[in-house]
Amino acid sequence: MPPSPTTATAEDAAAQFSDVTRSDASLRGFLHGLPGVDQVGADARAAALGTRSIKTTAKAYALDLAIRMVDLTTLEGQDTHGKVRALAAKAMRPDPADATCPATAAVCVYPDMVATAKEVLGESGVHVAAVATAFPSGRAALDIKLADTRDAVEAGADEIDMVIDRGAFLSGRYLQVFEEIVAVREACARADGSSAHLKVIFETGELQTYDNVRRASWLAMMAGGHFIKTSTGKVQPAATLPVTMIMLQAVRDFRETTGQMVGVKPAGGIRTAKDAIKYLVLVNEVAGPDWLDPDWFRFGASTLLNELLMQRTKMTTGRYSGPDYFTLD
Amino acid sequence: MTSNVFEYAPAPESRSIVDIKPSYGLFVDGEFVDGHGTSFKTISPATEEVLSEVAEADQADIDLAVKAARRAHTRVWSRMPGRERAKYLYRIARIIQERGRELAVLESIDNGKPIKESRDVDVPVAAAHFFYYAGWADKLEYSGYGDRSLGVAAQVIPWNFPLLMLAWKIAPALACGNTVVLKPAETTPLTALLFAEICQQADLPPGVVNIVTGAGATGQALVGHTDVDKVAFTGSTEVGKAIARAVAGTDKKVTLELGGKAANIVFDDAPLDQAIEGIVDGIFFNQGHVCCAGSRLLVQESVADDVLERLKRRMATLRLGDPLDKNTDVGAINSAEQLARIRELSDIGEAEGAGRWSAPCELPTTGFWFPPTIFTGVTQAHRIAREEVFGPVLSVLTFRTPAEAIEKANNTPYGLSAGVWTDKGSLILKMAGSLRAGVVWANTFNKFDPTSPFGGFKESGYGREGGRHGLAGYLKGGE
Repeated sequence: MPPSPTTATAEDAAAQFSDVTRSDASLRGFLHGLPGVDQVGADARAAALGTRSIKTTAKAYALDLAIRMVDLTTLEGQDTHGKVRALAAKAMRPDPADATCPATAAVCVYPDMVATAKEVLGESGVHVAAVATAFPSGRAALDIKLADTRDAVEAGADEIDMVIDRGAFLSGRYLQVFEEIVAVREACARADGSSAHLKVIFETGELQTYDNVRRASWLAMMAGGHFIKTSTGKVQPAATLPVTMIMLQAVRDFRETTGQMVGVKPAGGIRTAKDAIKYLVLVNEVAGPDWLDPDWFRFGASTLLNELLMQRTKMTTGRYSGPDYFTLD
Repeated sequence: MTSNVFEYAPAPESRSIVDIKPSYGLFVDGEFVDGHGTSFKTISPATEEVLSEVAEADQADIDLAVKAARRAHTRVWSRMPGRERAKYLYRIARIIQERGRELAVLESIDNGKPIKESRDVDVPVAAAHFFYYAGWADKLEYSGYGDRSLGVAAQVIPWNFPLLMLAWKIAPALACGNTVVLKPAETTPLTALLFAEICQQADLPPGVVNIVTGAGATGQALVGHTDVDKVAFTGSTEVGKAIARAVAGTDKKVTLELGGKAANIVFDDAPLDQAIEGIVDGIFFNQGHVCCAGSRLLVQESVADDVLERLKRRMATLRLGDPLDKNTDVGAINSAEQLARIRELSDIGEAEGAGRWSAPCELPTTGFWFPPTIFTGVTQAHRIAREEVFGPVLSVLTFRTPAEAIEKANNTPYGLSAGVWTDKGSLILKMAGSLRAGVVWANTFNKFDPTSPFGGFKESGYGREGGRHGLAGYLKGGE
């Protein structure tokens, strides 16, 4: 039996891999020694799980769970404080007409909007996530990325969504990517000794191969990331079922090895309730039911929420209603 | 308030689309007629509910069916230009697609297989076979085997893929200008009888396709009939040998597709997560009622523990139950007789000292069920490593080197299929060249396509079905 996730810590896990992360060569040897991924087989498996038929009580459960897992996101140049306040209000009460509708997990904004979001959300339990580290490209010097991170944490961010340096990863400089994640994780520390949770974005649309996705997953987990995340939403393709499946296999295998649980967040491109439910089936059958919790699985999305709400209302009333019956944000 | 248990609510496919008649006759010369043997009942293996009463064809009925086929061959079908025959085959293919849901539901009810398999595999692949061979009907002179039909084909098919095996048999026979008398298995006659209706719907000339139902005696009478030119059989090696003896000394052409004990070989550099899926697909697809099932897992010792652990974890997620539920992965065992055989061989495996492990799943109280099961610590000397179980039972053996894997994989009287899992292309080619098996799948398993020939080495039979090679068995220039 693997050690239970509550007792193993990220430090234990890091210690376990100290030999692996000692040098570029040892890290490369480890990552390239992971079992390969056969693309055709992986696509077929993800598609097969996508044919599960989730109806009635199972659908009601899945819709509520999906709402609780949403990181309601706005990451636009045109974002204003007003827009972020409205989004935060929506995150707390997605369906003002129905008190039984759960809140989302978090709102996800740029660092300069963290304070505004925090002001509205307060102690509601809805977290504030901030993208940092020169999001979305990650093309900046390390000290700027770290300053970006500290700024967001100081402003009250509960979670930091960082991007990896895809250029370094693709040119095989794994240790550089690893050390950057470690440094950002340290920058997530708060004055009181606690720490913001770190999500590590791979931009899988740029890594392209499933072998790369698996290697990036292990790299981020060994570096102490709390979550691994597919995409920024700014590059196509963003999240896909097979890519998310590869990442779910990685967190499952990482727990087998270390006892440490890591979360998974597909982001971008998940727009319909039906899609969201397919992802939950993947979580259930690939990583296992322990991951069916907003602490361990999130959806990075914006339009998805209203789709979930519409289906939820349909489940309770038996009727479809139009988009005007749901708030814009 | 909330739990982490994601219970999938029942999602049954509706039965209302099928109309099962209380009784069925034989389909001879374009009409349903009474049989003169002792009629028998076909049941749902998932519930043991009686579905219908089916006629048994006796010697006289067989004689009428063969005569009808002969007449249709001489007067109509062999004289019809290939492009005209193709029109009928295309029409049948399209009707199979149009009535796909009906066929899938009926197949799952009568056979016990999960609806997701009958819907996504059996029916679409059956239609694909008719489409594929329809394309050959007017191009036979380019096949390399000439374009002269044999005459009347006697075809006997098994219960594991009732409609799909019918398509494998009938489509090439008809494309080549032959007429057929086909006997479905006694436990699964219903989709063949629905296919008879489809022949009527397609206006196929009477006598081109005849369906006679019954058990072993009916099959014997059919293949032994003096006026058939071709015998095509898919089923057990034991019956296959009896057929080979029965037709010896006649000028009947024979195609036999018999048993198997395929090795699914996993090397230490395999894409492991996909290999696990391939192992599961190889032995638990269709409850392991597959002649080319990957029933022997040969895993390299250096990854054996890891593979077994992953396999057990995956097997624990298999959903066994109602074949009509769209989320069912493993359905019912086809008959009480087959269940008894699986139990017997499994008990022998345990008595011989192999480690038995079954996926934790609740078995329904009525019907015939067997949980997905693996045996570890199996050696070549165990009976479960040698005999075909034809059920959801996997024997796990280990090997150290590619040479040992080849030796063990080939050390069987059978030779129908094999699987190889490795990231190394050169090793795939070496293995494919060394394995004595009709099909070798690389980094996949149980994939069927009408363009690909299928057939066995050694006691797995002779002749090929599918692809251009599948025409050879139905043309005079084929040998």
